[in-house]
Amino acid sequence: MFWRNVGRRSVWREMDRLQREMNRMMDGFSEGARSEFPPVNIWANEENAMITAELPGVSTEDLDISVVGDTLTLSGERQAQNGDEEQTYRRRERWQGSFSRTLQLPFRIDAEAVDATFAHGILSVVLPRAEADKPHRISISAN
Amino acid sequence: MTESTIVKQEEQEYGGAERTRARRVYIPRVDIYETGDAVVLLADMPGVDENGVDVTLERNILTITGYIQDDERAGYGLAYREYGEGDYERTFALSDEVDRNRIEATIRDGVLVLTLPKAEEMKTRKIAVRSAA
Repeated sequence: MFWRNVGRRSVWREMDRLQREMNRMMDGFSEGARSEFPPVNIWANEENAMITAELPGVSTEDLDISVVGDTLTLSGERQAQNGDEEQTYRRRERWQGSFSRTLQLPFRIDAEAVDATFAHGILSVVLPRAEADKPHRISISAN
Repeated sequence: MTESTIVKQEEQEYGGAERTRARRVYIPRVDIYETGDAVVLLADMPGVDENGVDVTLERNILTITGYIQDDERAGYGLAYREYGEGDYERTFALSDEVDRNRIEATIRDGVLVLTLPKAEEMKTRKIAVRSAA
């Protein structure tokens, strides 16, 4: 029954492969909707929100930030960093191309006071809450 | 573009050993291409500056390590997260074709560029073809 052993082993191998494949796919899902470039983190305090985005290799000239009402749009292009010399790729894992991402915040942004910095491939945009949208403290009067 | 090209991959373990720093470690995504006289490696390490990068070559094992600076987002709380912050590390086995003494590394906008010049005898040579007339 030699053939059966061989057959069985290969079935398990196939199952293992399938399981790995599934795990790999599920990994992607459990991370949430992360497939968009650039990935962003959103930080908040009472006054402002801050958005940080990983944009390695994007130069500031190729990056465009716009604010309208309560939305922020990051768009630009990540260009391949290579010379014009003839080249052969051995590995290509880094993403390149043009991107555009729009994020909606739970408040109106004071567009005049937005401050963006870009350092070591990380963009940080501080988005202050518009004056009209700031929380008001209500004083309670005893009668 | 598949999802796996965007999602940052976390390194699970390092040769079975535990780490001494309590920070996550990610595997930087790389491009490796070959030109006539060098092999060029580009690695995405957002948040790493020139003081935080380490390139070591031991025998034929090339290790690139990037340390991020502690995040100075004082006064803010994280509300939504798509990427994790942490250090970077990745190891490559080099072949003999690289001239070890002339490896150059630069980092700009969070991308490490390693130029590994080919050893003299490994450089691409153009062979002139003569006509047999």
